[in-house]
Amino acid sequence: MDFNENKAIYLQIVEYTCEQILLKKWTLEEKIISIRDLAIMMEVNPNTVQRAYDFLQQLEIITNKRGIGYFVEADAIEKILSFRREQFIENELPVVFRNMYLLKIDLTEMKRQYEQFVKDNFKNK
Amino acid sequence: MIQIQHLSFGYNKKKLLYKDLTLTLQSGSIYGLLGKNGAGKSTLLKNLVGLLFPKGGSIEVNGFDPRKRQPSFLETIYLIPEEVYVPALTINGYQRLFSPFYPGFDSAKFTSYLEQLDVKDEGKLNTLSFGQQKKFIIAFALACNTKVLLLDEPTNGLDIPSKMRFRKLISGIFTEDRMIFISTHQIRDLDNLIDRVIIVDEGELLLHASVGMIAEKLCFKTVNEIRDPADILYKEESLRGISVVIENKHGEESKVNLEHLFNAVTENPEKAKAIFQTRKNS
Repeated sequence: MDFNENKAIYLQIVEYTCEQILLKKWTLEEKIISIRDLAIMMEVNPNTVQRAYDFLQQLEIITNKRGIGYFVEADAIEKILSFRREQFIENELPVVFRNMYLLKIDLTEMKRQYEQFVKDNFKNK
Repeated sequence: MIQIQHLSFGYNKKKLLYKDLTLTLQSGSIYGLLGKNGAGKSTLLKNLVGLLFPKGGSIEVNGFDPRKRQPSFLETIYLIPEEVYVPALTINGYQRLFSPFYPGFDSAKFTSYLEQLDVKDEGKLNTLSFGQQKKFIIAFALACNTKVLLLDEPTNGLDIPSKMRFRKLISGIFTEDRMIFISTHQIRDLDNLIDRVIIVDEGELLLHASVGMIAEKLCFKTVNEIRDPADILYKEESLRGISVVIENKHGEESKVNLEHLFNAVTENPEKAKAIFQTRKNS
């Protein structure tokens, strides 16, 4: 896997896991790939994957069934969305706002652009 | 567990490589030993297996004194040197002769590691290329299942696909009760495997910290301008801006760049020691 240069590896593994669940490649309430197998796949230290899984457990996205493995929680999707929303508002929105301010793009223009974008990419599909 | 206490070592009496080095290493970690050329990385590994003896101080590896070279100690540790030596034997001949020294040796795993590293049985080992010989020794060493595995520049001589397979093998064999200790310059080959970093320079321990701790104390990022030069431990200009290593005062989570870390710590040893509170006895 190609890692981003700037973000802590364990957080990138968290993101990867969330993506697999959102894309429905990993099924709700089913067992997920073990720490060791994911470490081998990503060529990272198993302790790093452990840290990512611990973090996902804290967010209640996955759960550890002792002796069996890690499972996706039934309401993982909602948990992921709320976590990702928080992240977006905290990290990405300030960059967008800064550029809007610098480039003098007002909210009406933004709204028009946003609606056009949704129409082009997500409607009629 | 490895305990190094007040170690001093030198090949010649006047110039010591290590002066009063104290270090404790635990199982369940993959250590990365970083140091410049001639810093004494290989020397330290040789002291740990009993190939060289300390001039002062002591070393204890899982309760054994390496100097005594007891068989019960030697069967628990394996050093893969940078330049491997293989005799004029076939793979089977080598296994028959050397595997009995390691009670944990797993013949099925040995075959699988050889396959994964693409080492084929092609006659005498000494006729193979350097890279193939090295991969053979890596496969043999991993199959020995020793509690301590020391690797000196393991990726030197490995081709591109072999480096990838090597990383996968290491993530696969690493367990809580094992210790893997890698000395290397090729940091990029291994940086996501290493979870604890040791930096030595001029006979001194400059840093011993987990990658998590490093990310907590230092921030690695690319900026457009430098606001407070006093905070900078290392900077490097690139196309994207200026890559810097600064003290992490705002709890930012960044990816540890081991090359930049190494430069930061060796250029500002005192500052680094203050940030990590590296003392002579850590």
